[in-house]
Amino acid sequence: MAVTTAQPTRPSSGAPPTPGGRRSRGARSGIHGSGWTPYLFLAPFLVLFITFVAVPALLGIWISLHDWDFLLPNKPFVGAQNYTDLIDSGAPQFQPFWNGMKATGIFVLISVPFLVTLPLLLAIVLNRKFPGRTFFRAVFFAPFVLGVAVVGLMWRYLLDPSFGMVNGLLGALGLPSDTAWTTEQPWAWISLAAVTIWWTIGFNAVIYLAGLADIPAEHYEAADIDGATAWQKLRYITIPGLRPVLIFIVVTTVLASANMFGQSYLITKGGPGDSTRTAIMEIADLGLSQYRMGQASAMSYVLAVCLALIALLNFWLLREKKS
Amino acid sequence: MTNTQPHSPLTPNPVTRRTILSGAFGLAGLAGLAACGSGSSGVPGQAPAVSAGGGATGYSGPKVALQFWNGFTGGDGPFMKRLVDQFNSEHPNIAVSMNTMQWADYYAKLPAAVTAGKGPDIGIMHVDSVATNAARNVIQPLDDVASALKLSESDFAPVPWKAGIYNGKRYSIPLDVHPLGFFYNKTVMEKGGLDPEKPPMTADDYMAALEQLKSKGIQGHWATPFPFTGSMSVQSLIWQFGGNLFSEDAKQVLWADDPGVKALTWFQDLVTKGYSQGKIAQDADIIALQNGKTAFNWNGIWTINTLKEKSGLDWGVAPLPNIGGTKAAWAGSHQFILPTSRTPDENKQTAARVFLNWISQKSLEWAKGGQVPARNSVRESAEFKALKDQETLATQIDYLHFPPAVAGIGDAIPEFEKALNQAVLGGQDPKKVLSDAAGRATKILEANAKKYGG
Repeated sequence: MAVTTAQPTRPSSGAPPTPGGRRSRGARSGIHGSGWTPYLFLAPFLVLFITFVAVPALLGIWISLHDWDFLLPNKPFVGAQNYTDLIDSGAPQFQPFWNGMKATGIFVLISVPFLVTLPLLLAIVLNRKFPGRTFFRAVFFAPFVLGVAVVGLMWRYLLDPSFGMVNGLLGALGLPSDTAWTTEQPWAWISLAAVTIWWTIGFNAVIYLAGLADIPAEHYEAADIDGATAWQKLRYITIPGLRPVLIFIVVTTVLASANMFGQSYLITKGGPGDSTRTAIMEIADLGLSQYRMGQASAMSYVLAVCLALIALLNFWLLREKKS
Repeated sequence: MTNTQPHSPLTPNPVTRRTILSGAFGLAGLAGLAACGSGSSGVPGQAPAVSAGGGATGYSGPKVALQFWNGFTGGDGPFMKRLVDQFNSEHPNIAVSMNTMQWADYYAKLPAAVTAGKGPDIGIMHVDSVATNAARNVIQPLDDVASALKLSESDFAPVPWKAGIYNGKRYSIPLDVHPLGFFYNKTVMEKGGLDPEKPPMTADDYMAALEQLKSKGIQGHWATPFPFTGSMSVQSLIWQFGGNLFSEDAKQVLWADDPGVKALTWFQDLVTKGYSQGKIAQDADIIALQNGKTAFNWNGIWTINTLKEKSGLDWGVAPLPNIGGTKAAWAGSHQFILPTSRTPDENKQTAARVFLNWISQKSLEWAKGGQVPARNSVRESAEFKALKDQETLATQIDYLHFPPAVAGIGDAIPEFEKALNQAVLGGQDPKKVLSDAAGRATKILEANAKKYGG
């Protein structure tokens, strides 16, 4: 038994089939209230969603068509210029924006593979029965409760090339102790990815653990009877059984990595040069520090569209292939 | 060194993975923030002309409560608090309450609060933010205060006094200046065979001293690639070499001209010639000075208090050495401002002006917090001269430099800082990175000129 089976009878995916026509029967009999009932229950969330997501998102489109500074009386309409500027190499925001997009892309590419695979391995280990299991689950999840400011500041000190503890320990072990963890590439990227993995590994691991608990133990028993190896069980039972969880993790991890801001803002300050200035950093700088909210909104929409396309691509790649 | 950030960096938003599970959230947040300010009246009304002598004749109206916001979160905070308490006890009908926050938060919050009609009555602003906030109607003109309180250029050091003028109107009253200075570790100098009482003050002496230290295995001057205080050091050098960052009207970026290239090359050479450890991180230079790893550091006057707290450290401070030929040093300045009010209350306006005048005369107390008073009467007083370290740096007052008073000038400086970082960390050619940065900054200045109608 490699897996705990807290709820052995739960199906591997999807909710139990709801009987068809239940809603219409309820509406007819009046027992389940009027047809408005579901909307009333949804209303509290809907209000929040409209106020804080839908309206700002639509207003953002409006802002992106203007030269917008909320304090200036004059907010001239510029049409699509904030968007065309992003593909015009002569415009001031062209280089910073695409440099930011490149940095964001690099961070996604180097962090997501580890953020998807390492928590899976961790979850498989933590899913075994051994003394102190709960303790270790807590230990690995613990960094995630820290805020980005704490994580960033702490690692900035630990990774300091001249006085940091990391180089100090390496030196004490007789290893090279002059690695410029935060001020030279590729070390800066490696540091940022490693810090992010350390910080968030527990979150993805917990989701994997929940997914592992959903895989029926009978599948593994049957595989054992057929003489399957550990690798075959992972490949043909665990991973297919985790597909819905995997899709969720890949999509949210890509989005989270693409929104990386705090780590490079605090640890590398966007450097060396501007190599770790991410798109979000550029957008925040332009919108909230230079007060060019129209241009910042346009950048946000371009970034959002890119991320939406990548999310769709992930869904398509991880879709259930019907034979 | 948290108390004197010259530029308003963007707020470090605590973005966590939990809050950014969807790309739309970041987007909505940004748009939402913009939406906060898009109320019916984006522009707060200008304050009416204030009667009652603009504060010079005191305030005798009913009791008023004033909000005073600032960013003195460092060692200077308690000094300001003491001044406010003293003011309150001397003025029974004015109650000033002080609200201190991080500068970055302050600069983000103030415009929003002013727009919402919830701004403070009095505030502090770094001199390079005054023009931008004046153009954005966040702060009100203070010509009436200056004339009613009979403040004039002769009362203040000319440099910080002129820096408070935007478009021909005065928007701020200087409180202090905080120049860059030359700090040195006497123990390290002695170890390197230098006279600790005679810090090198000319280019040749400085290089000879660094060479001497190098021969004893000491990297004498760590060159930091970060704005604090690498950018301030190279800016000082540009002025010393006879150049400037911007033309007077801030239409042109001049830092890629010959003096700029010389300045950045000199700074970069500290690393390439082995006088500095390479690839250092933020603040490592000043930590190295305190740990006895390096002998020299150019840092802000606020460092006086940092070093004083370090027991057993034998240090000294001098004006910046003259490397380029012309005496010059970077400086920032805290200035008093009165935020615009949507519903101006005449009593409060008067009381705020009384506070401004009173505190500007008391800036000696403030100098003890580690600053140079802007007011001549205070700076030339015997009491200030008794503050030896501050007094040493105050001798630079007539050749200090600030960025031009042009709206949005702070948007262009980060490009300069990128070039510095690329040269010092990346070892790239100073001329190339400076001209690339100047190209980007010129475009930003052009966009600003259009935006602010400059």
